Amino acid sequence: MAEYQNIFTRIQVRGPIYAGTPLEGRGPNNRLGTPGFVHLFGRLGDAQVGPIYLGTLGLASLICGFIAFEIIGLNMWASVNWDPVQFLRQLPWLALEPPAPSYGLHFPPLAEGGWWLMAGFFLTTSILLWWVRIYRRARALGLGSHTAWAFAAAIWLYLVLGFIRPLLMGSWAEAVPFGIFPHLDWTAAFSLRYGNLFYNPFHMLSIVFLYGSTLLFAMHGATVLATSRFGAERELDQIADRGTAFERGGLFWRWTMGFNATAESIHRWAWWFAVLCPLSGGLGILLTGTVVDNWYLWGTHHGLVPVYPPSWGTVIDPATLPGAPK
Amino acid sequence: MSDYLKQGIIYGATLIGVTAATLIGITTFTKLQHPPITSVQRGFRGTAIAQLYDPAELAAAQAASKVPRSLPPASAAGVKASVAYKNVRVLGNLSVGQFTRLMVSITNWVAPKQGCAYCHNVANMADDANYTKIVARRMIQMTQNINGNWQSHVQNVGVTCYTCHGGNPVPKNIWFNNPGPESAGGLAETQTGMAHPTERINYSSLPYDPFTPYLEQDHSIRVQSTTALPTDDLSSIKETEWTYALMIHFSQSLGVNCTYCHNTRSFGNWAESSPARVNAWYGIRMVRDLNNHYLDPLNSVFPAYRKGVLGDSPKVYCATCHQGVYKPLFGVSMVKTFPELQGPPASPTAAVEPPAAAAPTAPAAPTPPH
Repeated sequence: MAEYQNIFTRIQVRGPIYAGTPLEGRGPNNRLGTPGFVHLFGRLGDAQVGPIYLGTLGLASLICGFIAFEIIGLNMWASVNWDPVQFLRQLPWLALEPPAPSYGLHFPPLAEGGWWLMAGFFLTTSILLWWVRIYRRARALGLGSHTAWAFAAAIWLYLVLGFIRPLLMGSWAEAVPFGIFPHLDWTAAFSLRYGNLFYNPFHMLSIVFLYGSTLLFAMHGATVLATSRFGAERELDQIADRGTAFERGGLFWRWTMGFNATAESIHRWAWWFAVLCPLSGGLGILLTGTVVDNWYLWGTHHGLVPVYPPSWGTVIDPATLPGAPK
Repeated sequence: MSDYLKQGIIYGATLIGVTAATLIGITTFTKLQHPPITSVQRGFRGTAIAQLYDPAELAAAQAASKVPRSLPPASAAGVKASVAYKNVRVLGNLSVGQFTRLMVSITNWVAPKQGCAYCHNVANMADDANYTKIVARRMIQMTQNINGNWQSHVQNVGVTCYTCHGGNPVPKNIWFNNPGPESAGGLAETQTGMAHPTERINYSSLPYDPFTPYLEQDHSIRVQSTTALPTDDLSSIKETEWTYALMIHFSQSLGVNCTYCHNTRSFGNWAESSPARVNAWYGIRMVRDLNNHYLDPLNSVFPAYRKGVLGDSPKVYCATCHQGVYKPLFGVSMVKTFPELQGPPASPTAAVEPPAAAAPTAPAAPTPPH
């Protein structure tokens, strides 16, 4: 137990190989493979690997995901004329772009955005199938569906960005490109086009929940680790001989901030913060361009934008002056 | 699980980890700026309207912007150059002394190693056989045009040949229409004009040639909505990426942050912009003028090895003059000692258009999607 009193763990979590709970007729039980141990995994979590359940949904999801991955990757490779060296060098920059705005919501030729639509279709199918798999596996084990709904919150943001908002805007071109740097540059361009996303209240909320999640995660992780010397992380010990670990953890927070979560409620807090981050973020994206076209001007209209003393003299748009060049 | 597999996983993970750490290390020490960085506040406190300078880079830029000493002025009296020499089609109203002084200066500014022979047939200085002489003549007129007609951009500082050439026959920072790298074609995605890194847009994945649509053609740069609620403004996110790429070039060329011109909380808002943005606005129009009326029409004069892959003329953009400095040569005015380069040309086009008509611009250059 003393091994846990360090920030980093040096011990292996390794019990006897365990095939899993019987599912009591709640679904297929055909888990694959003989379980084994991997030392490296043991340093990060439980050392046991397998058995694995893949099933029809999992397999279908992987196949769809693979098709999307291939469409994206091969188009990227083709964009450097099948040069393997340039493909590796430029990989973070390469993109599969959505069609040009002139195509609206029509099907473009394959080479001009059609591949993007196909990749999006297969990736979305893959993600949705994986969601169903998560839901059904949780139910098969008799668990609640919390993981599935948390995943659904992320899928909501993904669908708003790549499907729902482009539909409302009437143009696939409004969607995100596939690519490592390209999707980041797209994000910046999105904010630039729509007058600064920082003035979007739902973006603000999303940031609150994002940073809030990290704060809660740090508080929770720190509390559990700090009380582990009293056995707080040991499930079986807690059942047999509860000790004072939880009381000490609660007392610590009452001393430092006057209030403490319970061992149950802290996870509810964390779950809601994490889920509300993409939920509110997705709302903010959905309203951008559809309901509000310039968040800064919207914020000015509603008294959200602070007014600072002018730093320079009056600056006039030269294009509005008489006789200005085009 | 077999021991071999476990060993394999461990060695594999170690190999990947060591490789990644090495790459990150090399990148950190060779590509990124080191502290200290100097911050100069230019706007209201707390609004992050500040310019950031790397003292080492600033010192290097200052060393590179060394201004050569101007030759002592020559007397305006005496025989006119147009009388003394044959085939003098610009600057003929200068005295022989002034004319010679300018020719020597141009040699120092543009072809210090090659000398007079870079442009002239030294056996017959009046001969127009060298393409360089025809280009140089047109460039003198371009310089006069900049100083005379574009004070909205160059103010009273003005430019000389040295501003861009800096002792090089071809200025260091020029550009061509860029069709992008060759792609495989067939069924695969056609080139979208973006997502291939280049230094000119700071290695971003933004469009690699925003210059053709904005600095040669006159596509609209403004993409940000001017109303809070949607109207009929159909500017797309894709167009914004093109504008964004152009602005990255501005920032790089001048060695400044976005906040040099913009209050970045509202990029499109003129009322909150700095006066430098007005200057930049005229700069865009000036560069379009130079590319369309001076450089593109020289297409038939330039030999093939001076042209781009699409056969277009070399062109100017912000970096051509600015070369990483907010004011070229840190604002030192060389043209004050060369009044003949200052005024507008007496007759802007007379007898000096290049022999053949302008070649049309290559159509394959990228443009923002609509």
